[in-house]
Amino acid sequence: MLFFSFFKTLVDKEVIVELKNEVSLKGTLHSVDQYLNIKLNNVEIVDEQKYPYLGCLKNCFIRGSTVRYIQLPAADVDTDVLQDATRKEHQVNKK
Amino acid sequence: MSVSSVIEQPLDLIRASLDERVLIKMKADRELRGTLHAYDQHLNMVLGNVEETINEIVVNDNTNEQTVKTTKRKIGMLFLRGDGVILVSPPLRTK
Repeated sequence: MLFFSFFKTLVDKEVIVELKNEVSLKGTLHSVDQYLNIKLNNVEIVDEQKYPYLGCLKNCFIRGSTVRYIQLPAADVDTDVLQDATRKEHQVNKK
Repeated sequence: MSVSSVIEQPLDLIRASLDERVLIKMKADRELRGTLHAYDQHLNMVLGNVEETINEIVVNDNTNEQTVKTTKRKIGMLFLRGDGVILVSPPLRTK
């Protein structure tokens, strides 16, 4: 649940989603769900030369399991809050 | 209290690495070094000031020689999905 809540705070921010098949998509985070499935708006393909057929993609749903990384805007991430939330979650899961 | 008495479960070791530099070995011959800000039981993580090292084996078409190509890149803030993680190594005292 930690990352679900975390991504909800990043809605409307610009992220780069890197998939396991090497494709990178840059876009505005529209929404997330509990599986960390993602909907992106205003999508741009990072390496469009390599994947020209993806050029027409403007918004998309990404299945969470196909994601490798998500590059986040560092300025919008409060690392202290994240660490505290992680410690709390750790305690809860130990029970 | 010694460190080993605090660490009872595997995830406790990762908890002790919060806000420290860690080394993460991933599938597809990737390694990440970065500051651990958050994790959950799937080993989804958020890392800051990340350096990623990718090792690829490149085969020369003419000679069939295999060489390892190493690429490095830096990412300010990164979410990484836990299913690609092989190992997490606690604080690096060197480098």
